[in-house]
Amino acid sequence: MATDPALLRALREALGSDSVLTAAESCVAFECDALTAHRRTPDLVVLPGSTAEVQSVLRIAAAHGTPVVARGAGTGLSGGALPVEGGLLLVLSKLDRILEIDPARRLARVQPGVTNLAISEAAKPHGLFYAPDPSSQVACTIGGNVAENSGGVHCLKYGLTVHNLLEVCLATCDGEIVTIGSALGEAPGLSLLPLITGSEGMLGVVVEVTVRLVPLPERVELLMAGFDDVSRCAGAVGRIVAAGIIPAGLEMMDGPALRAAEAFARCGYPLDATALLLCELDGLEHDVAHQLREVESILRDCGATSVRVAMDAAERARMWSGRKSAFPAVGRLAPDYYCMDGTIPRRHLASVLERIAAMSREAGLPVANVFHAGDGNLHPLILFDAGRDDELERAERLGAEILELCVAVGGTVTGEHGVGVEKLGPMCSQFGPEELEAFHAIKRVFDPTGRLNPGKAVPTLARCADYGAMRVHGGKLPFSHLPRF
Amino acid sequence: MDRDSTEALVAQVREATARGTPLRIIGGDTKRFYGRAVTGVPLETRGHSGVLSHDPAELVLTARGGTPLAEVEAQLASHGQRLPFEPPHFGAGSTIGGAVACGLAGPARAWAGALRDYVLGVRVLTGDGRVLRFGGEVMKNVAGYDVARLMAGSLGILGVLLDVSLKVLPRPAAERTLALEVDQGGALDRFASLGRTALPLSAGSWVDGRLYLRFEGCDATLQSVERRVGGEAIPDADAFWTSLREQTHPFFAGALPLWRCTVSALAPPLPLDGGPLMEWNGLQRWYRCAPDTQAFAAAATAGGHATLFRHRPDDADAFAPLARPVMRLHRDLKRVFDPAGILNPGRLYSDL
Repeated sequence: MATDPALLRALREALGSDSVLTAAESCVAFECDALTAHRRTPDLVVLPGSTAEVQSVLRIAAAHGTPVVARGAGTGLSGGALPVEGGLLLVLSKLDRILEIDPARRLARVQPGVTNLAISEAAKPHGLFYAPDPSSQVACTIGGNVAENSGGVHCLKYGLTVHNLLEVCLATCDGEIVTIGSALGEAPGLSLLPLITGSEGMLGVVVEVTVRLVPLPERVELLMAGFDDVSRCAGAVGRIVAAGIIPAGLEMMDGPALRAAEAFARCGYPLDATALLLCELDGLEHDVAHQLREVESILRDCGATSVRVAMDAAERARMWSGRKSAFPAVGRLAPDYYCMDGTIPRRHLASVLERIAAMSREAGLPVANVFHAGDGNLHPLILFDAGRDDELERAERLGAEILELCVAVGGTVTGEHGVGVEKLGPMCSQFGPEELEAFHAIKRVFDPTGRLNPGKAVPTLARCADYGAMRVHGGKLPFSHLPRF
Repeated sequence: MDRDSTEALVAQVREATARGTPLRIIGGDTKRFYGRAVTGVPLETRGHSGVLSHDPAELVLTARGGTPLAEVEAQLASHGQRLPFEPPHFGAGSTIGGAVACGLAGPARAWAGALRDYVLGVRVLTGDGRVLRFGGEVMKNVAGYDVARLMAGSLGILGVLLDVSLKVLPRPAAERTLALEVDQGGALDRFASLGRTALPLSAGSWVDGRLYLRFEGCDATLQSVERRVGGEAIPDADAFWTSLREQTHPFFAGALPLWRCTVSALAPPLPLDGGPLMEWNGLQRWYRCAPDTQAFAAAATAGGHATLFRHRPDDADAFAPLARPVMRLHRDLKRVFDPAGILNPGRLYSDL
């Protein structure tokens, strides 16, 4: 679609020509985020270098009625940064300055394009770190983390982005700057900060972020336990938590995932195991020593076939490397994989995994599972070959069914990856029309003309009607008996 | 025991909407002083009560809004768990819905997080009689906007909290409170230096020339903390912390206005009379002084904000004024959930 020349002229005047891209060969680099199944080459990409320039872009877009899609590093897994027709893509990667590290107040104030890991690295000399650590933390930006409310392997103990955020400066759809929250952690009025967190670029553009930093732990220990039965492994997770221990990380992998990870990373996983549990404990010397003894005894009591405590930091890193590379490792087993992100109450873990296995057999597509076991966040990885007939559609269908299963047992369709364009359908399973209408009304409060990331995150009621018609085809609810299409 | 009064509450709200009658939402009526006064027909939630689920291994509890806070805490305590933000009761009848609506937290706030950090899901009755469910009973959930946490501290102006799901945590293995004699400046220095350590602090207060530091962990940890920090371990620590949380400490007695100033823990002493009693390592400072706006200004000058917490003259505002664009968002959000403006009108700000 041809871009309005007046719009282009105004943007070039405001940002300079180098920061306004229209040539297809430049714009194609921004055609998708990490959910590569959805692509669209943007007509127009702008790269502002300051808050003032972001404001200018938003004012110009408002004057021309142009939709705006904000983008950080493009590591999102739900198509949240997918360009929209007739819109401009607002890339925030140039806003990459760390504005302040305040060790005394334990906070960092940064621009949205700063990477997640860069914050921890800047804080490290002060004995502090930024706790949420999504696996893409080398590349993903804090602005994107706010938009998605990102988690990570340590969020059981340290919380999600929303728990570690103090204040954001938000540029509104009209380019006005609003401060939400407070560096003090307490602000007068309504709790707007959680509303902004995870709002997927629908309510405003984050131009500055203040996060809480926490002290680096004095001692860290990592235990690895193999089990010959998934439900025993899941049982151990429940027992550890019920014993009053909150591990820094508590991760599970099933047989296919752990074998793929071992083949990929040579991390010393027990290949004969059906399920693997990684349990990281951190804190003060004595507390960790105490918990280590207790967790070891729980694991053995729960029937672990092997228990190993990492000898040193090097072995710990090796053990984690398998888990952290599980996605690409599993990805080697097939030309394509599709990563799901449902969360369930942990007590349903064994039964949900069983049903996923049955669904996988029926669909004829293998599924490997890695799992943030501590907080019930499942990542089933569906393996397929997009080059073969209808495998992409079948994978997406299987994915949607897995998410409906998560909703049916009291969970959610997305724990940390966001809805984006990917889970608009499954959102209709989780929310009724009144809740969806409330979401749309909230969107209108911040963005009356609906120009910020339009069409993402919250499905229209019409779309849900279509989706519902599709899902009940065959006259069966998806969770009583899983229908095939 | 579950007593579900959803239908009756919905009927009352719908009738009020139809007639344009303002409602004053009442749980235990223990925090009536907090926020501006509301004139309205009482809407009682206490009949809507009961813990609906608590699976200790899941770290989640769901209860009806009218469930007594004491009942929730007893349920958790029987499994060695607690509400980590230590919500104040301010009276025997305090309810979990009221606690969430007020959004207040006790001495552990600066370390354990705010009440809103523990809200996982709500079922809420809007001002026009809709019953909506947001969030859920799982730890991680990014489907849809986080309306559940928006309800924390909303003082009932957006909806009546029918059910709430909260994340809960185990109690620590042990706690120890150390007391040290030190003046206000010394206390602030001490707070600042403690802030640079990884010591397992869970409360830090200063009152009447004494600094009180609470630590948690296993016995061996607490012994090493005691050697490092010094001071004397006080015997009836729980009673002391409860007296701060519940404001039964003598500092809070009398009818002089009570100001809560939220400022940087590093802010120097504020130019206000009547205090302070400091909590949260200096982030929250209480003063007893005249009801003019000096405290609002003093806190703002120090980079923070003040609340006229108790003993507020009828015509005075309770909360610090909001920036204009933020106030506009408040007004528009109020209209989304309570288009007729009948729920706790004016409790948070006069025009909400």
